[in-house]
Amino acid sequence: MVKTRIIPCLLLKNGRCVKGVNFTNHRDVGHPVTNAKIYEAQGADELIFLDIIANSKESLVLLDIVRQTADQCFMPLTVGGGIKTLNDIFQLLRAGADKVSINTAAVQNPEFITQATKKFGSQCIVVSIDYKKNQNGNLEVFIQSGNRATGLKPVDWAKKVQTLGAGEILLTNIDREGTRTGYDLETLRAVSEQLNIPVIANGGVGSMADLKRGILDGHAQAVSLASILHFTNQSVIKARDYLATSGLEVRVDDLNIQVSK
Amino acid sequence: MGNLRSVAKAFELLDTKVLITYNQKEISEASHLVLPGVGAFADGMANLKKYGLIDFLADQVLVKKKPILGICLGLQLMAKQSEEFGIHQGLGWLDAQVKAFDLKNYDLKVPHVGWNNIELVGHCPIFLGIKQNSAFYFVHSYHFVPNNLEIVSAKCNYGIDFVAAVWQKNIFATQFHPEKSQFLGLKILKNFLGVKGEKNG
Repeated sequence: MVKTRIIPCLLLKNGRCVKGVNFTNHRDVGHPVTNAKIYEAQGADELIFLDIIANSKESLVLLDIVRQTADQCFMPLTVGGGIKTLNDIFQLLRAGADKVSINTAAVQNPEFITQATKKFGSQCIVVSIDYKKNQNGNLEVFIQSGNRATGLKPVDWAKKVQTLGAGEILLTNIDREGTRTGYDLETLRAVSEQLNIPVIANGGVGSMADLKRGILDGHAQAVSLASILHFTNQSVIKARDYLATSGLEVRVDDLNIQVSK
Repeated sequence: MGNLRSVAKAFELLDTKVLITYNQKEISEASHLVLPGVGAFADGMANLKKYGLIDFLADQVLVKKKPILGICLGLQLMAKQSEEFGIHQGLGWLDAQVKAFDLKNYDLKVPHVGWNNIELVGHCPIFLGIKQNSAFYFVHSYHFVPNNLEIVSAKCNYGIDFVAAVWQKNIFATQFHPEKSQFLGLKILKNFLGVKGEKNG
């Protein structure tokens, strides 16, 4: 059976990895290619790069990072940040991305999701959904790095993007992001149960047990983590061992044997 | 279309000269061909047609018997037809159809994304040294359904059993992505390079 994926999520800014709390106060956490190589060596199942500055200059920097990473890491790579056009997707795939993550453009122009899936296949199109509590205390989808409210409810929007053809959802609770207080299991479960496409849980992992809860209670098909890798002594290796020991299906092949030329 | 760069870089790591090309002369001079692919079926066929490669590749593969490795969409394009976004004709090198995963009776998500174990069937040379039930990376919504099960060189299970790899003479193809399956995947690419075409003795 297919394994639950363990996916480090790296935020990029000006060609560096950064990490903050609730989408703010970003700290430098190293070079993306170096980090990617470490996670590959540790047997991460995929990698996500999200560029948090969406402008034309930054997109060139991002393309270069993707190229360098794909040249050295032979693992699946999802890339997002500022994607608005089919050409943006084409450029990222050509640079070595396997999937792209679309967020703001999906809300502003939902038809774009359908166009992208027709061109590149559903399996290539991840829709990233960021949400948080609004002033009325209700969960609401936000775009532009959490700065602009959309009036959309996360579960409704997730169902809509599935209908439009998206192949996967990256679900992030902004209120949890970087806090290491665990995933928002309630919303995660609601989205996962109502959708037929895979859901990647993101935002809030503070312990290995949070990963397990994301899978068992949140019903996620993949668990994404970041702060715990950057700022604590935890690693992808420990995560995999913990989940395997907990009886969950994760990849446990000999992961560190090198192929000779 | 697809993740050409990763495939090329993986082969380069194995000290192989790689050309990403639609030039017939360059293709005819190559010892091994790779048909990779991430994308939609119709778009893939349209691109092959646009560059006038459909008949040319058929000659290279079916007549000149050059070793070829299809990856993901590359495998699916070798079938007679696909039902992705409507019925579309494929290259037709393999007697097979490409069908959507029908997993309504299972509590499973589509696309099938992630690492899954494969069951090797027979002794396909590209799986030399690969242990039974090793995990490889899949990402697909459609799967390859051959009429002749003898070409199946590896199976996978996702609710249903489906084809993970096929081998017919000089044609090798995988539904999973060797170029994204870390060292085990690179081993498969290395094995493929060791396959000799009939012309090359």
